[in-house]
Amino acid sequence: MTTIQARFQLDYGDFKLDVDLKLPGTGITVLFGHSGSGKTTLLRCIAGLQRAPQGFLEINGHTWQDSERDLFLPTYKRPLGYVFQEANLFPHLTVRDNLHYGLKRIKHNSGTVKLEQTLELLGIGHLLERMPGHLSGGERQRVAIARALALNPEVLLMDEPLASLDFKRKQEILPFLSRLHQQLDIPVLYVTHSQQEVAQLADTLVIMEDGRALASGPLSETQSRLDVPLAQEREAATVWRATVAEHEADYHLTRVAFAGGSLSLPAVDAEIGTPLRVQIYARDVSIALEAPTATSILNVLPATITGIADGRDGQSVIRLQVGDQALLAHITRKSALLLGLQIGMAVYAQIKGTSLLN
Amino acid sequence: MLNAADMATLWLTFKVAAIATVLMLLIGTPLAWWLARTTSRWKSICNALVSLPLVLPPTVLGFYLLVLMGPAGAIGKFTAWLGLGTLPFTFPGLVVASVLYSLPFVVQPLQASFTSIGEQPLEAAATLRAGPLDTFFSVIVPLAKPGFLTASILGFTHTVGEFGVVLMVGGNIPDKTRVVSVQIYNHVEALEYTEAHWLAGCLLLFSFSVLMVLYTVLKTQPVAHPLK
Repeated sequence: MTTIQARFQLDYGDFKLDVDLKLPGTGITVLFGHSGSGKTTLLRCIAGLQRAPQGFLEINGHTWQDSERDLFLPTYKRPLGYVFQEANLFPHLTVRDNLHYGLKRIKHNSGTVKLEQTLELLGIGHLLERMPGHLSGGERQRVAIARALALNPEVLLMDEPLASLDFKRKQEILPFLSRLHQQLDIPVLYVTHSQQEVAQLADTLVIMEDGRALASGPLSETQSRLDVPLAQEREAATVWRATVAEHEADYHLTRVAFAGGSLSLPAVDAEIGTPLRVQIYARDVSIALEAPTATSILNVLPATITGIADGRDGQSVIRLQVGDQALLAHITRKSALLLGLQIGMAVYAQIKGTSLLN
Repeated sequence: MLNAADMATLWLTFKVAAIATVLMLLIGTPLAWWLARTTSRWKSICNALVSLPLVLPPTVLGFYLLVLMGPAGAIGKFTAWLGLGTLPFTFPGLVVASVLYSLPFVVQPLQASFTSIGEQPLEAAATLRAGPLDTFFSVIVPLAKPGFLTASILGFTHTVGEFGVVLMVGGNIPDKTRVVSVQIYNHVEALEYTEAHWLAGCLLLFSFSVLMVLYTVLKTQPVAHPLK
């Protein structure tokens, strides 16, 4: 199932990149980290825009780089799509010609049908005759995404595609990306420093720091790892994927099912079976030793403690397993002591609030 | 009015300038591209060499070319060995000298243009399956259009306006090397001020109109660089 293998080492003196990753061949893999963590460099190495002296890269069984065999496929020979932070459209070409630039250069031209779907999906069909200089930032970025997708690539690489946009434009594009996510059958590598984008888009999460991959794995599993700083942050959260199971119209509630249980959410306007992402902040989760009988909290789930770590400012970070899902809880260190929490204990997780991501 | 001899010098000048401009674009484009992109330590030396004609008196350049291309010079011996004879006082010699003399006027605008285009469009083209040569013609050339326009016009007009190098290397042979600037000198020497006025006026009008056109066109061009 693993279809991307990436191993790179490069040394610029003040910056080193040293990663060895195996990534899944489907869904969105988010490379997350602060600026200078090496996430963009890693993406550029995968694209071949930068050449790591020591490197091995295999995608879908095709080797793109193997420094031991002195093999390095130049970027233009790699069947990839790349979306830059700045849309990087050709200013001398219309939107249509930008979209066709790559399309004209691929051999098997099965792309026209695909392009039309993409135009519709990204809502840019009406912009075709415009010059890039006359588009808004959000429109430019959507064209750039379509231009990359039009190539029918084997992997889509996106370097902070939303970072240069203001909040409003981001909100304009995120839904497109979520929708893409459901319709694309190729792996996407997505670089960002935004936790919101991680929560909304990631299936797999790679946390980068100082040129290394601190952790990598399925989203909620990686989010809840206690050995990486993410779990300690005030905004720490886990994202669960669930499907709409039942509407309780009387109470204005919707029940969603996840692997190993169900949650009640404020009414969701979606059909039964619709996939959803539910984000649960660690600060919204509290722990009880026995099933609370009288509580206003609806979502109380049996859980097992799988990890305990010290958090910031007198807090404890508790990692829980609920069914097949990992969950983080931030509670005070005093409570953790009073309850005598230990790894392996069966407890109840009380979830005060959830937020729906799409 | 312009007499037949004057017309002949005008035609010759145009021929020299046109051929030299084509050659300068052919040589100058790869040279400017290399200078814009390289980090080689030879870059400074090459930049300095290409720019030398900007600061040297034309007679200095002309003198060295005369010596080098003459029967005893290295280039002269080479061209003689090829069976071409020697270049001084011939039309080809005039073209060679013009190319060297006006090259910086072609290389510098191109180099500036290439530099301002930057890395981004090249990377975008590479991710869209365009190889290096393809990228050059489909992205760089159109984006550097103002640079090419400036380079061609400055190269052409500067060649039209040269005098010192022409006199040293080409001499003053009617229909072979006698260009407008030399002819004006001849008229003035012979105190034929009316004829000198006519030719000088032509040159002045030509140069002014061409530059005028250049700057008007450049103003309407979208700036080469900012990638939106």
